[in-house]
Amino acid sequence: MVYGTKGYRFNSCRARQISVVTGELIMQASQQPYPNWQPSPAVDQVGVEERIARLNTRSIKKESKVQALKLALSMIDQTTLEGSDSAGKVKQMCYKALHVHDALPGLPHVAAVCVYPTMVRVAKAELKSSGIHVAAVATAFPSGQADHDTKIQDLRYAISEGADEVDMVISRGAYLRGEYNYVYDEIAEFKSICGDVHLKVILETGELGTLDRVRHASDLALAAGGDFIKTSTGKVQPAATQPVTLVMLEAVRDFHQRTGQKRGMKPAGGIKTAKQAIQYLVIVNETLGPDWLTPDLFRFGASTLTNDILMQLVKESTGVYQSSDYFSQAG
Amino acid sequence: MSTRVPVQKTYKLYIGGEFPRSESGRTFDFNDAKGRHIANVSRGSRKDFRNAVVVARSAQKSWAGKSAYNRGQILYRLGEMVEGRRDQFIAELQQQGSSVADARREVDDTIDTLIHYAGWSDKYQQLFSTVNPVASPHFSFSVPEPTGVVALIAPQDSALLGLVNYLAPIIVGGNTVIALASDKKPLSAITFSEVIATSDVPAGVVNILTGYRSELLSQIAGHMDVNAVVYAGDNVEDRKTIQSQASLNVKRAIFSEKQSQSPYAILATQETKTTWHPIGL
Repeated sequence: MVYGTKGYRFNSCRARQISVVTGELIMQASQQPYPNWQPSPAVDQVGVEERIARLNTRSIKKESKVQALKLALSMIDQTTLEGSDSAGKVKQMCYKALHVHDALPGLPHVAAVCVYPTMVRVAKAELKSSGIHVAAVATAFPSGQADHDTKIQDLRYAISEGADEVDMVISRGAYLRGEYNYVYDEIAEFKSICGDVHLKVILETGELGTLDRVRHASDLALAAGGDFIKTSTGKVQPAATQPVTLVMLEAVRDFHQRTGQKRGMKPAGGIKTAKQAIQYLVIVNETLGPDWLTPDLFRFGASTLTNDILMQLVKESTGVYQSSDYFSQAG
Repeated sequence: MSTRVPVQKTYKLYIGGEFPRSESGRTFDFNDAKGRHIANVSRGSRKDFRNAVVVARSAQKSWAGKSAYNRGQILYRLGEMVEGRRDQFIAELQQQGSSVADARREVDDTIDTLIHYAGWSDKYQQLFSTVNPVASPHFSFSVPEPTGVVALIAPQDSALLGLVNYLAPIIVGGNTVIALASDKKPLSAITFSEVIATSDVPAGVVNILTGYRSELLSQIAGHMDVNAVVYAGDNVEDRKTIQSQASLNVKRAIFSEKQSQSPYAILATQETKTTWHPIGL
């Protein structure tokens, strides 16, 4: 076991290393460890937090606020990932996704519903050709603590049930042990199984600990072929935070500058209010530009955000603060 | 020896168990009867009110779920705490224009009112519940239940007693409240919120705003997540505003120019729930 410049451990029994910056495999003839001298850039935590604080002072009001809220609504992955999920609950959530608030015409529908693989078929039947995607969590969600074959089976099952998108979890255990190759190979293999099915890679940033690791894991997931990188499962605290989101968006930006490819990003967990959602949109716009302000490249994973956005939209149109009593629940 | 500069109190809002300034950053001057400047009082905005409604809503269920006896104990505790701050309340009432004798009487009555409603906490239900004679095999009974989140427009002329007269019956019945203090005499309400903060009243159950009644009234009456508005005053225009705005979500609009100790004051912010229970089957 040796240590790289940033303290990353490299497994000496493996002959190859992956440059997470270029995505190329660095092959090594000998069995000597080959430290990766091109690690992800260091993250300036103080700088990130100050930038977030500054971006949060942006004031988005009136017409722009309405536009931002509608955009945020169209980016939501309406989510239910409970042990108690039933077909009835998923149907109800799909109905909500189709009819977010019929009393206010002209609203976009949400981007997708996000469910466990066993509920994909139910959701597909409800949503039909509405344009709302069905995303399934797979690969031993939420912990990722299963053997490789089980994860593959889980993934194949989700795809065979008809999922349009798959949210996978990385093996944080392996990642934190320093087995980056394993994590990379896993993501790359899952992506090859997915084919055209969109693959979102959940980093579970709450378990990674530092922004440096978030950045490194983001680079790794993007290099391995993840279509989206996603902050959290929603089962671990802290879930999505704005500093983490900024760091991940910067990884997406740098990846785009290097390769020309546009990859997406999805903060999930703990985004409950319309105000937070608008702050996230500001961060996206300032980091990646308006090209990323589309559901194809940015999503919110949330279970209760939808109604708060709707309450704000109705408030903007009526001038009166709203009550959740008058909005249908998602499940 | 240096002359000590006295430390003045900043009069802030009371929302969710905390003492924030207005999010708007605004204040208004409070001057005593002789025109001397006493304090810069926070001028609450409609957003402050909205924030208060959010915390009041989240606190309501657990407050209503406490045992009636426990709510009574907490109200009693409020009385005890006012007793301990008698001198402060009396001095503050004098600053707001009361004579010493009037101020003393007002503080006494305030404490007595809190103790009065503390006593009613587990008794009004018995007074207002009924068993209803019905012509079918059912046991039908009606009980009062809290209406939910109540907005209180406190009286203008009575800074402390006026507020407590209206506030105590609302909270003893399991409601949470957002009170808009008198804008003519705002000081006692904020000092009273310090009493609330130290009396085991859970955060969010009582929220006190200072600000201009004329500015906030329409927003308060229109808010869809408020279940009742209690208006203490006789201004016809204000009443009209409240009635038209309250119709949006059919919230209760309760107008009352004067309030004295009475269990019927509790009933004003209660809903009657009737249960039909099948029997003899």
